Amino acid sequence: MPGIDRTTFDELRQMSGAEFINELIDTFLEDAPKLLAEMKTALAAGDADSFRRGAHSLKSNAATFGAGSLADLAKELESLGRENRLTETGGRLGALEEALTSACDELKGLKS
Amino acid sequence: MKPAHEPGRMLVVDDNRVNRLLLTHALEQNGHHVSTAENGRIGMEMLRSQTFDVILLDIDMPEMNGFEVLEALLQDRELRDLPVIMTSASDELDRVVKCIEMGAEDYLVKPLNPVLLRARVNTSLEKKRLRDQQRQLFRTFATPEVAEQLLREGFSLGGKYITASVMFTDIRSFTSLSEDQDPSDTIEMLNGYFALMFDAITRHYGTVNQMEGDGMMAIFGAPVHRDDHREQAVRAALEMIELLKSFNEQRTMQKKRPIEIGIGIATGRVIAGYTGTQHRATYTCVGDTVNVAARIQDHTKAVHKPILFDHYTREGLPDGISAEDLGPVTFKGKQQPIRIYAVTS
Repeated sequence: MPGIDRTTFDELRQMSGAEFINELIDTFLEDAPKLLAEMKTALAAGDADSFRRGAHSLKSNAATFGAGSLADLAKELESLGRENRLTETGGRLGALEEALTSACDELKGLKS
Repeated sequence: MKPAHEPGRMLVVDDNRVNRLLLTHALEQNGHHVSTAENGRIGMEMLRSQTFDVILLDIDMPEMNGFEVLEALLQDRELRDLPVIMTSASDELDRVVKCIEMGAEDYLVKPLNPVLLRARVNTSLEKKRLRDQQRQLFRTFATPEVAEQLLREGFSLGGKYITASVMFTDIRSFTSLSEDQDPSDTIEMLNGYFALMFDAITRHYGTVNQMEGDGMMAIFGAPVHRDDHREQAVRAALEMIELLKSFNEQRTMQKKRPIEIGIGIATGRVIAGYTGTQHRATYTCVGDTVNVAARIQDHTKAVHKPILFDHYTREGLPDGISAEDLGPVTFKGKQQPIRIYAVTS
């Protein structure tokens, strides 16, 4: 299943230009694992606000690149964080990690 | 007015690096100069040390979020007019509404639409330039105190209702006077006379906003409000008459005819505001009170008193200034008679 919506991505590429889209992808590839790690730490520490903020940033970036399922999962987790319901995250964080990995792989392939 | 596509100095405040990069890139492509800050605290530091035209502000940030930045901007006299465009996710529009209520100019939804970005930034830039021009206008045409207060309390070019005292002053028999003397003497006399009258008016916190031939109009209690505008107007009038005495002594020594003036003061509601252009602006004041003041000034000739004012002005005078009640006068074109007083001290 495609993790990156090509219409959204192509629009972004058109707006950015070939050189800049690579820089943008590299930045995401560098920052996204950090955000995920922050969320994991926050979950373990019961820090709902940090958890929410990490999810919020991931959601925002996922939407920028057209990573729809990643954005949806991040949004759900953001809501749980905002409502201070960290115990209810269940398998969503694992699913988020999977979606993130697949989105990152796909983005690497989309670099020009 | 400058065209909208002129470059501006942009500050992008966002904790998300991808968003900062994207915004910077898009803005630079439109020719703007872009600086970035990764949270509100750093953004405020930059705003206080550098000059910017438009801020693009994220809401959710560590250390100092978008709401807190808006709050800090409002508290800052130098920064509160700076246009702020909120950049937010599509699912947080309720928070954007709060930002707009707190003074943000506009908003953009992330992921960014470059066309909307350009349009909104240019609109904000245009507003900023207009405000800068207005500020400049104030600094040029208002006294330093007035400009300072207007900038501190904010201003709008739109008029508003205020209660003020309006003063009209005219030289009596000016026409025959100017026919009797050389034109250059007339101009010299007017310059000397106006300089003295301006002095007296300014000393009593009045603003001269109209000069026409030998007449002038001044307003007390605006643009900067003072509770004692009625007293100040009458005291200014008394000082004007005093100054005129020494002015006339000088004229007599020069074998020139002394001049007489009439001063009319009325107090009440007026519509006041700044009107003008970049090169010429004036504090305009209109309303029935203005007409009444002009009529009262005219009436000074009929009763041979130099200073007359209405009962609303009388009500604001301290015991130190005594006034003679001349009774009600019905002016031409007015339904209601107006009680007129003359200064006796």
